[in-house]
Amino acid sequence: MILGELNQLRDREIQSRKKITLRCCMAAGCVSSNSKGVFEALQKAVAESGLGNEVEVRGVGCMRLCCEGPLVSVNQDGAEDSLHVRVTSENAASILAYLKGGKARTTRVDAGMPFFKKQMSIVLSNSGIIDPERIESYIAVGGYSALHEALHEMTPAEVVSMMVQSGLRGRGGAGFPTGLKWDTVAKSPGVAKYVICNADEGDPGAFMDRSVLESDPHRVLEGMSIAAYAVGASQGFIYVRAEYPLAIARLQQAIKQSKQFGLLGAGIFDSQFCFNIDIRIGAGAFVCGEETALMASVEGKRGTPRPRPPFPAESGLWGYPTLINNVETFANVAPICRHGAAWFASIGTARSKGTKVFALAGKIKNTGLIEVPMGTTLRTIVEDMGGGAPEGGRIKAVQTGGPSGGCIPVEHLDTPVDYDSLSQLGSIMGSGGMIVMDDGTSMVEIARYFMEFCMDESCGKCIPCRAGTVQMHRLLDRIARGQATAAHLARLEELCEMVKSTSLCGLGQTAPNPTLSTLRFFRGEYEALLQPEMPGNEECLAGVSGQVS
Amino acid sequence: MAAKTLTINGRQISAAEGSTVLKAAEEAGVEIPSLCHLDGVYDVGACRLCLVEVKGASRLLPACTTVISEGMEVQTGTERLIKYRRMTLELLFAERNHVCSVCVADGHCELQTLAYSLGMDHVRFDYLFPKWDVDNTHSLFGMDHNRCILCTRCVRVCWHIEGAGTKNVSGRGGQSKIITDLNAAWGKSDSCTSCGKCVQSCPTGALFYKGSTVGEMVRDRSKLEFIVNAREKKLWVYQD
Amino acid sequence: MSFLDLDEFLLELAPRVELVFSPIMDVKEFPADVDLCLVEGALCNTDHIEMAHKIRRLTKAVVAFGDCAITGNVSAIRNQLGLGNRENVLQRAYMESAQLNPCKPALKGIVPPLIERVMPLHEVIRVDYFLTGCPPHAERIKSFLSQWLAGQKPRLQGLDLKFG
Repeated sequence: MILGELNQLRDREIQSRKKITLRCCMAAGCVSSNSKGVFEALQKAVAESGLGNEVEVRGVGCMRLCCEGPLVSVNQDGAEDSLHVRVTSENAASILAYLKGGKARTTRVDAGMPFFKKQMSIVLSNSGIIDPERIESYIAVGGYSALHEALHEMTPAEVVSMMVQSGLRGRGGAGFPTGLKWDTVAKSPGVAKYVICNADEGDPGAFMDRSVLESDPHRVLEGMSIAAYAVGASQGFIYVRAEYPLAIARLQQAIKQSKQFGLLGAGIFDSQFCFNIDIRIGAGAFVCGEETALMASVEGKRGTPRPRPPFPAESGLWGYPTLINNVETFANVAPICRHGAAWFASIGTARSKGTKVFALAGKIKNTGLIEVPMGTTLRTIVEDMGGGAPEGGRIKAVQTGGPSGGCIPVEHLDTPVDYDSLSQLGSIMGSGGMIVMDDGTSMVEIARYFMEFCMDESCGKCIPCRAGTVQMHRLLDRIARGQATAAHLARLEELCEMVKSTSLCGLGQTAPNPTLSTLRFFRGEYEALLQPEMPGNEECLAGVSGQVS
Repeated sequence: MAAKTLTINGRQISAAEGSTVLKAAEEAGVEIPSLCHLDGVYDVGACRLCLVEVKGASRLLPACTTVISEGMEVQTGTERLIKYRRMTLELLFAERNHVCSVCVADGHCELQTLAYSLGMDHVRFDYLFPKWDVDNTHSLFGMDHNRCILCTRCVRVCWHIEGAGTKNVSGRGGQSKIITDLNAAWGKSDSCTSCGKCVQSCPTGALFYKGSTVGEMVRDRSKLEFIVNAREKKLWVYQD
Repeated sequence: MSFLDLDEFLLELAPRVELVFSPIMDVKEFPADVDLCLVEGALCNTDHIEMAHKIRRLTKAVVAFGDCAITGNVSAIRNQLGLGNRENVLQRAYMESAQLNPCKPALKGIVPPLIERVMPLHEVIRVDYFLTGCPPHAERIKSFLSQWLAGQKPRLQGLDLKFG
């Protein structure tokens, strides 16, 4: 393919657009509440009403307000007209009646509500708009033009330097500067190099990466291709968990189409650049989201982490320099290429640039996917966009970062969301899971839940994580059941510190975080559950009753 | 080979470039406790007992996988490290059923030795008392999972010294288990060559010669050393 | 028995300590104001728990004496049967192994009920010192008692801390 052909494809796709588009969400959330039935009902209704020349029914990706799915968005002359929620296959046809001036039997929500208006789309700019199963749909919104620009107008070093200047930091959780990582891989000598996309999203309540893959898979492929060009790799892998069948299907489809169009393979855009992408499906181990464990799994070995250094950038997959980034990180690459590093760096805060996608869940009115500029306060997200707690409840805390993160109490809701502010509060940005808790939630239970998660997901390689999470879980369980004394709490804190300092990989090192952060802000809840000890027996462990389970 | 100079516990020492901190310390007579390290096979940094403090490093580093560098300042026995090591041992003792008094390795066990040399006189965590079985199907050897600490020495020895690839790890977390072949009974294994290297490598009483009773399981590491020296240094001398 | 291995040290010990409670003495009630108590064995039944608390209340320094008291040791192997193993234990001991009139002790106050899980002493009461070994060697006991009699806080190290 050459640029002319790409432009031709784009123009043809734009010209074929009809006056009215009915966008029906076909991402996993809505599909699970029968959006496929809605989609078919809409197609049937259009065919029956003879509006086939005017109305297009398009299956699209996530439209974000997941709690109200299935969602159907009506667009006339390129502008959003109305957003229909909780559409069923029975009332879907009435949307057509509404278009003709009649009355829709569906519920509509205000597309201008803060949940939508306060969002800023970079990563999700095509999500809910294009058809993720058609490459032409992506090309029509400028897709693959960034790859062309990188290949023909920039040297690999210039691409790396652009990433450095953009200030993009890894969206997988740790926030390592992306440009620096690319630079290291580019400069590491190696007869082969690899690019890996980490799509092993596993935090409870997080579905950002899944949505991106289901809604806009080509964006990730384009980002990976640009990265491969920059670092000198010719083979890429997407490591995606088996629990994401729809994302896998769309990725497979996207890779197939890209190959057909010559956007993957040899001599891409008539250049010397060759790049292929293969999918590796994870078997459901959380620890495989850790980069060294992920690489072991790609190599076909047992998915366990290994000590770093050496870092993957120097010695990764099969010992070769490997660039490994998260889905959302790659999703930011093409926009940075198209609009420039300065544009990206102008968004966000001093040390956290761009936007962040969050999966908003928990005790809140509006749940779903949001993308906000870095530096947006938690209050804006939770109260304005999320609409606050459901009737009768009061928000107590916000959990970010999943099992590696922490709980931020309501007093700190004015904290801006950026890497540094969240880590100061003992939490982390994480990959983007955000769970809101109301006053009915016990923080000890939350800590116990996350510890149980880490205990189940520990790979078993290093002792502190394997055996420490078990003991921490026992202690938390004992506290939650009201059978612990102050000595148990002290032991728990001691163990948290030890496991954090001595574990081999991020899983163990961060497993104590939910416990430590709830202890920091909600210590009273723990203490209220403690039993007094018999006089003279203060340091004993089993407690008064001597009942140990 | 070039040498590097570094300080361990304030003492200046030199060691060959490319050495690990563990090796350099050993040469200088500084003992760093470890359980998963075994001379002759690659290191995995799993037991976390050899963690040391390195000036300028944000985290504690495993001595077995950290390569020395010029001017490196290492502390191997700070109060914090000693505390963590003791807790690591306590976690191990609580994890499975380590009953020294009836163990074949009593008196010759690396776990037991570390416990008393690091001053562990009791375990502050709940003993878990899991139920694990004993594989006695092999004609010469036995494997008691109750005493296994999952150091994976046997796995590495089996793959990288013997080259049989019989031993492996299944499951995860506390449910991890050393298996033979695809979780077959050891006696039914097609790949096991009955070389016994795994038995020689085991730090505890998990792997044993059949017929050994309490305190009788003494390991002979010189056999492993002999093969590794023969392969790496082309030195065919058996030092008994 | 290991205590008796102290041999001539026993003679040295005799004038310096007063033995107030022991399995070899016919004393039914644990006395008050005890300076030092060596507690043997793991806690297996409700009587043990009660006794442990009494000892703690009436004793200045409690020593977990031997591996059973410190780790549960062999007596805790029944814990591997899981919670609710009490019945299995009784079944095995009183029914399956019985030669004559198999019957489980059911009368109240005869055999104290077993607890769910055999426990080391320090899980139930605060323990001041731990004397490891199965059994603790006489030398170890001697070293401990000598230090204690000399008014020091007894401190054992190295091989003197070996389990088994």
